[in-house]
Amino acid sequence: MPAVSKGDGMRGLAVFISDIRNCKSKEAEIKRINKELANIRSKFKGDKALDGYSKKKYVCKLLFIFLLGHDIDFGHMEAVNLLSSNKYTEKQIGYLFISVLVNSNSDLIRLINNGIKNDLASRNPTFMNLALHCIANVGSREMAEAFASEIPRVLVAGDTMDSVKQSAALCLLRLNRTSPDLVPMGEWTTRVVHLLNDQHLIVTSASIDLQDYTYYFVAAPWLSVKLLRLLQCYPPPEDAALRSRLTECLETILNKAQEPPKSKKVQHSNAKNAVLFEAIALIIHHDSEPTLLVRACNQLGQFLQHRETNLRYLALESMCTLASSEFSHEAVKTHMETVINALKVSLAQFGSRDVSVRQRAVDLLYAMCDRSNAKQIVAEMLSYLETADYSIREEIVLKVAILAEKYAVDYTWYVDTILNLIRIAGDYVSEEVWYRVIQIVINRDDVQGYAAKTVFEALQAPACHENLVKVGGYILGEFGNLIAGDSRSSPLVQFNLLHSKFHLCSVPTRALLLSAYIKFINLFPEVKATIQDVLRSDSQLRNADVELQQRAVEYLRLSCIASTDILATVLEEMPPFPERESSILAKLKKKKGPGKLPDMDDSRRSVNGSTDSTHSFTDVLNLNPAPSSGANLLIDVFSESSAPAAATDVSEENFPRFVCKNNGVIYENQLLQIGLKSEYRQNLGRMYVFYGNKTSTQFLSFSSSVSSSDLNVHSKAVDPVIEGGAQMQQILNIECVSDFSDAPVLNIQFRYGGALQNIAVKLPVMLNKFFQPTEMMSQDFFQRWKQLGAPQQEVQKIFKAKHPMDTEVAKAKILGFGVALLDGVDPNPANFVGAGVVHTKTTQVGCLLRLEPNMQAQTPNGNAAPPATDPSFPFGAGLPGSHLGICSRCRGEQGDGFVGLKGTWPKSHELKVAFDLASFLPPDGRVCERLLLRT
Amino acid sequence: MIGGLFIYNHKGEVLISRVYRDDIGRNAVDAFRVNVIHARQQVRSPVTNIARTSFFHVKRSNIWLAAVTKQNVNAAMVFEFLYKMCDVMTAYFGKISEENIKNNFVLIYELLDEILDFGYPQNSETGALKTFITQQGIKGQTKEEQSQITSQVTGQIGWRREGIKYRRNELFLDVLESVNLLMSPQGQVLSAHVSGRVVMKSYLSGMPECKFGMNDKIVIDKQGKGGASDDAGKSDLGGGSGKQSIAIDDCTFHQCVRLSKFDSERSISFIPPDGEYELMRYRTTKDIILPFRVIPLVREVGRTKLEVKVVIKSNFKPSLLAQKIEVRIPTPLNTSGVQVICMKGKAKYKASENAIVWKIKRMAGMKESQISAEIELLPTNDKKKWARPPISMNFEVPFAPSGLKVRYLKVFESKLNYSDHDVIKWVRYIGRSGIYETRC
Repeated sequence: MPAVSKGDGMRGLAVFISDIRNCKSKEAEIKRINKELANIRSKFKGDKALDGYSKKKYVCKLLFIFLLGHDIDFGHMEAVNLLSSNKYTEKQIGYLFISVLVNSNSDLIRLINNGIKNDLASRNPTFMNLALHCIANVGSREMAEAFASEIPRVLVAGDTMDSVKQSAALCLLRLNRTSPDLVPMGEWTTRVVHLLNDQHLIVTSASIDLQDYTYYFVAAPWLSVKLLRLLQCYPPPEDAALRSRLTECLETILNKAQEPPKSKKVQHSNAKNAVLFEAIALIIHHDSEPTLLVRACNQLGQFLQHRETNLRYLALESMCTLASSEFSHEAVKTHMETVINALKVSLAQFGSRDVSVRQRAVDLLYAMCDRSNAKQIVAEMLSYLETADYSIREEIVLKVAILAEKYAVDYTWYVDTILNLIRIAGDYVSEEVWYRVIQIVINRDDVQGYAAKTVFEALQAPACHENLVKVGGYILGEFGNLIAGDSRSSPLVQFNLLHSKFHLCSVPTRALLLSAYIKFINLFPEVKATIQDVLRSDSQLRNADVELQQRAVEYLRLSCIASTDILATVLEEMPPFPERESSILAKLKKKKGPGKLPDMDDSRRSVNGSTDSTHSFTDVLNLNPAPSSGANLLIDVFSESSAPAAATDVSEENFPRFVCKNNGVIYENQLLQIGLKSEYRQNLGRMYVFYGNKTSTQFLSFSSSVSSSDLNVHSKAVDPVIEGGAQMQQILNIECVSDFSDAPVLNIQFRYGGALQNIAVKLPVMLNKFFQPTEMMSQDFFQRWKQLGAPQQEVQKIFKAKHPMDTEVAKAKILGFGVALLDGVDPNPANFVGAGVVHTKTTQVGCLLRLEPNMQAQTPNGNAAPPATDPSFPFGAGLPGSHLGICSRCRGEQGDGFVGLKGTWPKSHELKVAFDLASFLPPDGRVCERLLLRT
Repeated sequence: MIGGLFIYNHKGEVLISRVYRDDIGRNAVDAFRVNVIHARQQVRSPVTNIARTSFFHVKRSNIWLAAVTKQNVNAAMVFEFLYKMCDVMTAYFGKISEENIKNNFVLIYELLDEILDFGYPQNSETGALKTFITQQGIKGQTKEEQSQITSQVTGQIGWRREGIKYRRNELFLDVLESVNLLMSPQGQVLSAHVSGRVVMKSYLSGMPECKFGMNDKIVIDKQGKGGASDDAGKSDLGGGSGKQSIAIDDCTFHQCVRLSKFDSERSISFIPPDGEYELMRYRTTKDIILPFRVIPLVREVGRTKLEVKVVIKSNFKPSLLAQKIEVRIPTPLNTSGVQVICMKGKAKYKASENAIVWKIKRMAGMKESQISAEIELLPTNDKKKWARPPISMNFEVPFAPSGLKVRYLKVFESKLNYSDHDVIKWVRYIGRSGIYETRC
């Protein structure tokens, strides 16, 4: 490219920039810029003709002003004019301005495209390059639209120069990435060969150029780095010969690293190390050669002790990936010495002055941690935490908490560690961490006593962090009785200790402490009077905070009125928490983004043993007895103010329950309960939605809307305010126009305590709600059933039951489903037969249903004995169809029961239009699905 | 309480750093620089919280003063202190600038030691400070004088020392007001208020007891009932509204004023400090005399031209002269050229401020003047309409726009034999514009 000649140096621009640099304050800078803008505006006034040089100069100034962060709303035209200039520098500035400033929907885009087209068509390689760079830099859809066909032509044209080809190839790559649909794929493939050839040509020519080029005694470092990086994009070669060749190469690189440096220049070592690091990255990527891995590990270990900060950083980073990759983890383990050495060194890195290096050291320690060294690492991290940089404290805290949990063999150690953590860096201990401690303590009987003792001791420090008070309050409230035998920690002492912290704490903590007090009343009747006095004091009973006041009043009444028995029942020890993913781990994942963390799933098992079996599946009526997730978190035991942020996912939790019934609670969280009452007649339905405010404060700006694709839903307007504890009713009128498969969604928005809450609930309006039951005689039924043999008229499903079968329940369900239950129609009394008509505004479709429980249930494979000897039957659902027939062919083949349905739909139907059977049956592995649908 | 106090220049370099408490580390200095002075987005809040440390800052030209604390302090107190600190520094070495601060750093540290003690603000009265923090060499003080300082600083009247003697007993009273206005294009007053100060310079001997009287509505009404007002009915000096009393919305006093007496009798009595000080501050919102009326007329002629005509009318006694009149007419951001014609004064388009500035040196009451300007615009591809910022105005008038009048200032000194009549008293009224804007 032609160098900028001296005459082109723009003095005015230089003066302007230096003026700006010399400005003493922001205000002065803005003044100077305003002045300059006014000057440029007066120059750009339409009536004066500007020469190319000054145009370029002013456009440059505008660009500079824009880059300083000010809005530029003129000068685009002048920049576009520069495109048509014949001078390189002017054209260059024009393109620069356009790629930085012009947005794609500007009116000028046509002019710009024209300019680019001209340049592409010109035979001047520099102009072509400029145009291509501009296209690639902007890279917008519009650009792709305009030039996607042009660029490949440039690329394959025989007379284009190599450098232009290179730019064209890169430009095309960019366009292909941004809008792959616009780049013509048909032609594309035919040109791939050309392209590949070209690229190879460029690469090979480049490599030939560089072959005998050594940069400070290192042969072609850039090329080597690129090639090594390229290799990292591919899996390890399959061919043994190739692999050994590659291994040889890598060994050579590692050997070279051992040689004494040939030059003292920093460039030499930089080039050498760059190649080395890429080689190590490749080794880690391949993850298959133990010898290489160990050598790489050793090499990195050396770098860890290097004086150069950058090297240490890179080494730590590579070590991190090394430690987290599966195979090498094992391989590296066999060389514990190296690891321990690396560990020591990385511990030493905590002393490093560079915070990024320390951060990497933490990552590495986290990745290297295992059962054997956990105690050491956690202790080191804790001791480092006291002096750690603010920016990484929170992360260290999380990591310590996770490591302590994951590798805890001894729970006393775990409790100690976490309490230490809170003591050292209380501010950075997030709620999740202390929730976790409490969960673990409650779930593990063996540590409860120790935990109570430890927190009691920890609380004796004159100043302790609020989080510690929370943990202390909770644990002493639950397990204070375990240490009450000791006179030093008698009930009264415990209470006084907790109460001494009370006034220093924030409202949520105080609320927690109040709960702890009432638990004390239960645990230790002897301190009842003292605690009642405290609760009775004005600072509690008349507290300005409504939550505290309410707790104080209620607890006081509870303690006065209730007998010991009732008290003991109400204030019983907390039941074990259900097992779930460690919330801290989830938080760290969230913080780091997915995929960045070594898998830590085993952490749960190791800590909490198995409590999984506690889930009961006895509730037959409940079709989907999944535990309501999140509803029994620790937080709802305590305070509503720490309720999680508003959910915006569509809640479908209770949806399946409404398949066979019309009334009930569809949604509930800590704030709001939504109940439904609905009635249907033919193709019309009316739904009463009840919004219950569960809190004591108002919901403001309450609004609701129903979005539905297939149904006509009219909702009556609601009052924007729901008082605390009050309920509000809303009426929805529903009309079924034609068959549908997607249920409407109710979107609710309101303000609670300043925060905007969004809730979306899927309303249980399914096609079967518009069933009208039809009575039918046995003959009729089977006649119609048999008529309906066409494939699109029939759907059947065979599934394995989840619950023991109960005839009455099944009957109730079929009736609830909407069809009429026809008694004495089927020759087999065990079978259920139903008939109904689905009413929509446009059509009416009759539907027959048959359900055949298979009492001699077999497992799907038919070899093992069935798990349950009882005849099992869940509930099956029907599909629309005007006539039904039995599909006895399927019976007993594989499943435990099946539903056969037949019907004539006016048009052929997709599976989804027919009933979604799956909505009845929890997607459980035990369900053997077999759906037949003929279209 | 305040944990530390830092002064930075515009680059964020620390000029003065005084840490009073151990919880403020060296990194607090950097935290403020990085998060406030060099913040990407201009920080507009005067209080910034960084890592559980609170920074309270004020800016004087290019100088940043920041008070730092880790505790939950009274923010109003901290700002009051910072403003006092600025006043003290101005009193000692004039304008607060980087150069002055660098030249006087020893003095500033000395002052900081005196006015803040372990982060608790102490006596920050310039007059008192000047008695023991001097800029010249210290004369050999006798033991007596030294003990006097102690008793004076810790005594009941910390703002005045005993034994002051003047050959001529003299006092100057300045009523300084700034009038703020926002007016609609049609001339409707959208908001208006006056914030005023009574500044006193006293050169009185001994420990005189003073009593200050003004036409406060409450006092006048009380006296009116009693029917014994001899001050009422005196001719007014100012704008000619002829009203007798004003309603003061709120006021604050210098610490020398006996508040108990004000609360019970609404009389302002005090022993004044020596030299210049601010006796009271007040605010009024009713019956304000607006010294000027601005009548704007903006006409857009096509996309590339704008015609602006602005008329100003003075609205006070013809015998009075307003001074330093400046009208600032904002221009659109795409202005490419301006032609101005004005009958009086000088007008100029200032590109750096995006405004036409029209200056008139003097203007008598009940007069009117006019400016007209043609603004050429550069067509832009931006569809945003010009927001038409209000036309603002600056001026100075020799009366109090609130209508406040000083009725008396009586001086009693029982020990020395001079009486109220021997004191020479000067009263001056200055009304300035605050934010005086008219929408166009």
